[in-house]
Amino acid sequence: MLELRNIKKIFNQNTVNETTVFDNFNLSVKKGDFVSVIGSNGSGKTTMLNIICGSLPIEGGEIIIGDRNLTGQKEYKRYKNIGRVYQNPSLGTCPSMTLLENMSLADNKGKIYGLGRGTDKKRINYYKQLLSRLNLGLEDKLYVKVGLLSGGQRQAVALLMSTMTPIDFLILDEHTAALDPKTAEVIMQLTRELVIEKKITAIMVTHNLKYAVEYGNRLIMMCDGKAIIDKSGKEKEEISVDDILDTFNKISIEKGN
Amino acid sequence: MAITLSILEQGLIYAVLALGVYITYKILDFPDLTVDSSFPLGAAVSAILITKGLNAYLCLIVSFLAGAAAGLTTGIIHVKFKVRDLLSGIITMTMLYSINLHIAGKANLPIFNSENIFSISPLKDYLGGFNTLFIIFLVVLAAKLVLDWYLKTKSGYLLRAVGDNPTLVTSLSKDNGTVKIIGLVIANALVSLSGAVMCQQQRFFEISMGTGAIVIGLASVIIGINLFKTASFLKPTTAVILGSVVYKACVAIAISFGLSATDMKLITGALFLAVLILGNLGKGKKSNA
Repeated sequence: MLELRNIKKIFNQNTVNETTVFDNFNLSVKKGDFVSVIGSNGSGKTTMLNIICGSLPIEGGEIIIGDRNLTGQKEYKRYKNIGRVYQNPSLGTCPSMTLLENMSLADNKGKIYGLGRGTDKKRINYYKQLLSRLNLGLEDKLYVKVGLLSGGQRQAVALLMSTMTPIDFLILDEHTAALDPKTAEVIMQLTRELVIEKKITAIMVTHNLKYAVEYGNRLIMMCDGKAIIDKSGKEKEEISVDDILDTFNKISIEKGN
Repeated sequence: MAITLSILEQGLIYAVLALGVYITYKILDFPDLTVDSSFPLGAAVSAILITKGLNAYLCLIVSFLAGAAAGLTTGIIHVKFKVRDLLSGIITMTMLYSINLHIAGKANLPIFNSENIFSISPLKDYLGGFNTLFIIFLVVLAAKLVLDWYLKTKSGYLLRAVGDNPTLVTSLSKDNGTVKIIGLVIANALVSLSGAVMCQQQRFFEISMGTGAIVIGLASVIIGINLFKTASFLKPTTAVILGSVVYKACVAIAISFGLSATDMKLITGALFLAVLILGNLGKGKKSNA
C-alpha cells in the first residue's frame, strides 16, 4: 500500500547546520494496517509524514502509494487519496466558515469546485447524522462558525472531514496531543471506528504510549531516522507500555540525556 | 441636498472598489496594491472606448475584463514566480501606470461631449436629478448580488477557505495558488469597474485618479465591517458598501469645515488612520474585559 524506498532527507544541506534525518530509510505499510509511530522529539516521525505528503522535498528515494508513484509530485495532488489530521485543531477546519460550510467543502473533495451551490441542501441530513455520532451536540450547531467551537469539537470535525470522501490513506499527526484526556479518548475511539468502518490504511504519530499500544495493529518506534522497534500482529498485542518505556530510557542514557 | 446626492454617488461608486478590496484584504488576506492602478485602468479603458463611440454599457464590461487581466498579472507574479504578495501588487501597479497612459493616450482625457451610462439611460427623463444615483445604485447592487452568489458557490467556498486556512485547501487536494489568482482576478475586475463608472460620472479620465484608491477601499472595508459588526443580519458585502458611503461622508464633512481639495489625500489618509486607531481601541477594551 505505502512504500517508502531508500528515503534520504537532509536539512540545511551544504551548510554548517547540515542534519541528516533519513539515510536509506525504508518502510512498507500493508493495506488496512493501522500503524502507530512513536519516538522522541527529533527522531523523524513528523518529518516522515511531511515527506509522504510532500510538505518537504527529499534528497533521494521513492514514495509509492498503491500504484501511484508520488515522488516529486506536488503536495496538493498527493492529497487526492490522502486525508490528514493535524496536531493543531485549527488546521483541519476553516474558522470563519460555518460548520455546515466546512462539511460541504470536505464533502466535495475530489470533485470540481465550480459554480454550483456550495452546500447541497439534500446532504444536510446526512451531515447531521455524521455529526450526531460524535455525541458532542454538533448536529445542532450547523450554522455556527467553526472558530467558535472548542478544540476538541474542531478536531472531531476535522477527523470527520478528512474521512468523508473515499481516501486510501489517513495520516494522523499527533492529533490528540492538544486535547484534554477525556476528549482525546473520544477522538481516539472515533478514529478507530472510522478506520475500521471505511477500511482505511492509517499512520498515527503519537507521544501517548498508551494509545500507541492500545490502538492499531502495528507499532513502530523511531530513533535517529530508523525504526528501532517494529512489531505487528501478535507481537504488537503482547507489547506493553513498560516495554516501550524501557527502550525509551535506554536510548536516553545512550544519548546522555 | 446636492451634497448628500454627491456623497451617495461617490460613496456608491467607491463601494464597488471596496467590494474588490474586501475580497483581497478580508477574504484572501492579501495586501493588493494593484488597486491603485487597476482603478484608473478601468477609467482609461472606458474613456478611450467612449471617445471611439462604443456603447457606454459595453465599456463597463471591457473595463471589468481589463481589471481581471490586471489581477491575473499580480496573481501570476505572486503564485508562479513566488514574489511576495505586497511586492507583486506594487510591480503590477507600477507597470500599469505606463500602460494606462498608453491606453488613454494622455494623462488627462475629457469625455464631456460623449454619451455615457447616465446620459443614455432610458429612465433619465423620469428620474431627473436622481438618474445618476439610480444607475450607480444598480451597478453596485448587481456587483453585490453577483459577489454574494459567488461566495456561496463551491468555488466561492474554496476562496473563503484559502485566506482562512490554506492547509485545508491543500488537504482538499486543491492548489492554493490557483484559488488566490481567481480571487485577485475578481477583485481587480470589480475595482476596474468602479474606475470605469467613476470616469463616466465625472466625465474625464485622469492618470492620478487611482492614487490612494487602496486607502479608500481599505478604509471602507474596515469601517463597514467594524461599524456593522453587531448587525449580524447584514451581509459583509452590504456592510462594506455602507462603509464606503460613511467614509465618503466623513471626507465631505472634513472638507465642509474649510479644508480645500488640495488636502484631499491628507484627509483620506488621516481618516483611515483614525479608523484604524479607533478599531484598535475597541479591541483593547474587549481584551481587558
